[in-house]
Amino acid sequence: MGEVFPQELLRWGPIVLTDTVVASGALSLIIALTSIVALRFDSAREALEVIYAFLERAIEDMVNIDARPLVPLVLTQWIFILSANLVGLVPGISSPTRDLSMAAALAAIAWLASHVFAARREGWRYLRHYAEPNLLLLPFNLIGEVSRTIALALRLFGNMLSTTLVGAVVLYLAAFLVPLPLMLLSVLTSAVQAYIFGVLTLVFSASAFQMTNPRTLQGGQPP
Amino acid sequence: MTDWIALVSIATAGFAVAIGSIGPALGEGRALSRALDAISRQPDSADTITRTLFVGMAMVESTAIYALVIALVLLFANPFVG
Repeated sequence: MGEVFPQELLRWGPIVLTDTVVASGALSLIIALTSIVALRFDSAREALEVIYAFLERAIEDMVNIDARPLVPLVLTQWIFILSANLVGLVPGISSPTRDLSMAAALAAIAWLASHVFAARREGWRYLRHYAEPNLLLLPFNLIGEVSRTIALALRLFGNMLSTTLVGAVVLYLAAFLVPLPLMLLSVLTSAVQAYIFGVLTLVFSASAFQMTNPRTLQGGQPP
Repeated sequence: MTDWIALVSIATAGFAVAIGSIGPALGEGRALSRALDAISRQPDSADTITRTLFVGMAMVESTAIYALVIALVLLFANPFVG
């Protein structure tokens, strides 16, 4: 199961190269290369397009607005976080998401994406939703904005680290085959956490838009 | 001096997880029982209910995760030791 905490590999002044950086970089490269190669073959391409269309419809059903610009982001998050969580099962490699920096980077991308999405749809008017029911609620909305981004990072980090930690503790107490049920449980945790991360990104991005236009909640008209 | 800090940190980490997980456990149990109730009444909307349940449970669970993070900081990254 590798090491529980991120390991320092190289140090160059203030820049530290940890094993999570190497693992996530290699993972991104593998995912990118696999998708490039898969798109070269017509049969694989058609199969992927069918899957994409199905997932796009599933994502659009979750929020009742036109969320098409967000679909590639959410699907990328699902693929990347799921494979990053599951790679911890490979002996000698630990999942990169057990590093708080990794989870914080993913949460920052989600936060940025929600603003870009809202700004592209609404222009600068979307900033009005911070003062939405009343101007008095502005500080609370701002605090909520910060805390939900931090919560997004901490949830992924805490879940993945605790899964790894529990596995390591059981391995220390009773080695050989006893931690196996816990590792099976960690597969479930990995899948659920990846799913939740994507869905929460979607919900956060959509909430800014839904609050400014409560009437379009039901329709989901295309722009 | 450091020994006292370590002692208090370990005890506090245990209490943080123990007390901090009571609330989320009760809340998640309540949410699950309500969701099962809703699914048994309306089996058709089981998909939507399960999806919302998962997301809601993750939100509730993050409270316990905060307590866990505090405990981990106290145990492994304590700023007052050393």
